[in-house]
Amino acid sequence: MFDLMQNAFIASLFISIAVGIIGSFVLINRFNYLAASIAHGSYAGVGIALYCGISILLGATLAALFLAILLSFISFRYKNRKDTLIGVIWAVGMSIGIIFTDLTSGYSADLMSYLFGNILMVPNEDLYFMTGVDFLLVVSTLVLYNQILAISYDADFAELRGVRVKLLYTLLLILIALTVVMSVRSIGLILVIALFTIPPFIAEKFTKNLQMMMIVSGILSLIFCISGLYISYFLDISATPAIILTASVLFFASFFVNP
Amino acid sequence: METAISIKNLYYKYYKKYVLENINLDIKKNEYVALIGPNGGGKTTLAKIILGFLKPTKGEVLILGKKPQLNRQIISYIPQNINFNIDIPLTVMDVVLQGRLSKNKLFYSKDDKKRALLNLAKVKMEEFKDKKIGELSGGQRQRVLIARALSCEPEILVLDEPTASVDPKGQKEIYEILNKFCITKIVISHDINILFEQIDKVVYVNKSLFIHENIDTVVKGGDEHFCEVELLEYMKMFQKGMKNV
Repeated sequence: MFDLMQNAFIASLFISIAVGIIGSFVLINRFNYLAASIAHGSYAGVGIALYCGISILLGATLAALFLAILLSFISFRYKNRKDTLIGVIWAVGMSIGIIFTDLTSGYSADLMSYLFGNILMVPNEDLYFMTGVDFLLVVSTLVLYNQILAISYDADFAELRGVRVKLLYTLLLILIALTVVMSVRSIGLILVIALFTIPPFIAEKFTKNLQMMMIVSGILSLIFCISGLYISYFLDISATPAIILTASVLFFASFFVNP
Repeated sequence: METAISIKNLYYKYYKKYVLENINLDIKKNEYVALIGPNGGGKTTLAKIILGFLKPTKGEVLILGKKPQLNRQIISYIPQNINFNIDIPLTVMDVVLQGRLSKNKLFYSKDDKKRALLNLAKVKMEEFKDKKIGELSGGQRQRVLIARALSCEPEILVLDEPTASVDPKGQKEIYEILNKFCITKIVISHDINILFEQIDKVVYVNKSLFIHENIDTVVKGGDEHFCEVELLEYMKMFQKGMKNV
C-alpha cells in the first residue's frame, strides 16, 4: 500500500505545509472568494495548455499568476464592485478552459481530474514544483510575517507606517496562485478551496497567534489528507473527496466546541 | 506657536460631487482639535486627507511644512475598533508592536518590544499583553489601539470616533488617557459633552468649515452667525440625546 501511495503521502505533506501558511492568510484576510476565483479561473490555463500541447503545470501557473495580478489591481481600483468582477473572471476563466479543451483534437482525458484532482496519481514533476513553492512560502512568511500581519489587521495603519500594502497584497495573491497550481493535479482546482478554508478555520478557534494558527492548520491538513487516503484505500473510493469529507466532519464538529 | 497642520483652499471631489469646499484651517503644535458635524459632512474625508490616504482635488495640506505622504513618520491614527476582524488570532502585544513598523523594518528589536510594553503600561493594559485581541472588551481594544498609536512616537494623532463602541464610563476613561499626551490631537467625535471639557478648538465640518476658537462661547451660544447657529443646533441635539440616555 505504501509503495502505491508514496507520492500521495509526500504530496499530502507538501500541500499541508502550503495550506497551513497560505490558508491562514486567506482566512484572516477574507480572501476565500479571491482564492476561489484564481482556482477556477486557472482552468483557462489548463485548457490553453492542452490545446497548445505545452505543460499543463506551466499553463496553469501562467494563468494563475496573471489572475493574481489582475485581481489585485481590481481589488484596489474597483473596491465597490470587486465582487462582481471577481465572479465574472471566475466564470470566464472556466469557460475559456472548457472551450479550449473542446477544441483540442483527440483529447479524451477526464476533465474532472483537474477540477477534483487525483492525489494517487501525482507525478514526480508536481512534487518538485511543490518543493519549490513550499520553500518560497516559508521564506516569504519568515521575512514578511510582521508586515503581512499588519496589513491583515489594519491596512490603513500599516500604510501609514510605510508598509507597501498594495505590493504585499499582490504578493499574497501570487503565493495563493502558486499554492492553487501546485494542488491542481492532486486536490484539484475546486477542492483546494476546501483545504484552504477548513483547517485554518478550526485552527483559528484554538490559537492565540498567527504562527500557531499556521502550524495547527498545517497539522490538521496533514491529518485530513492521511485519514482520507486510508479511508479511500479501504473503502475503494476517490481519495480527494474522502479527504475533504473527513475534514468537513471536524469542521462541523468544531461549531460545537467553544475553547 | 508653530503650525503643525496647514490646510489652504482645499477641495475634495468624490464621484463628481464636492465633499469638501474651500477648506482653510491651521492647527498649532500641541493643539487639541475636535472635528464635529453631521454624517456625510466630510469629517472622515478631511482626516484621511490629513493622514495622506486621499489626495486633495485642489488646494494644499502641509504637515509641519511637508506633504502628508512625505511626513508619515510623525503622524499616527486611532481608528474605530468596530471595523476590525476580532476573530483574527493576534495578541495585544502583536497589535501594539505594529506601531513600531516602518517602510523597511521587517523584524522587531528588543527596544521595540520594550517601548510597546511601556505604551501598554501608559494605557493600563500591560497585564493583557498576551491576551488574544478578540477576547477584550470594546474599551480595552480601544486602549490597545491608543498604545499602538503612541508606539509610533507621533507628533500628531488623528482619532476617528475613538469611542464608537465603548460604554459611557469607558468613553470618559479613554478621553482622560488621551488628555495626558501633550501632542497635536485631532478627534472626530460625537461625544460633545465629554470633549468640550478638554479641547482647544472645535471645527464644525459640513462640506465647508466653521471654526470656533472660544469653546465657552460655543457652549453658551448667542451668536447670530449662520454656521454657529447650525453648530449650536447640532450640539443641542446631542446634549438632548445624552440626557435621554
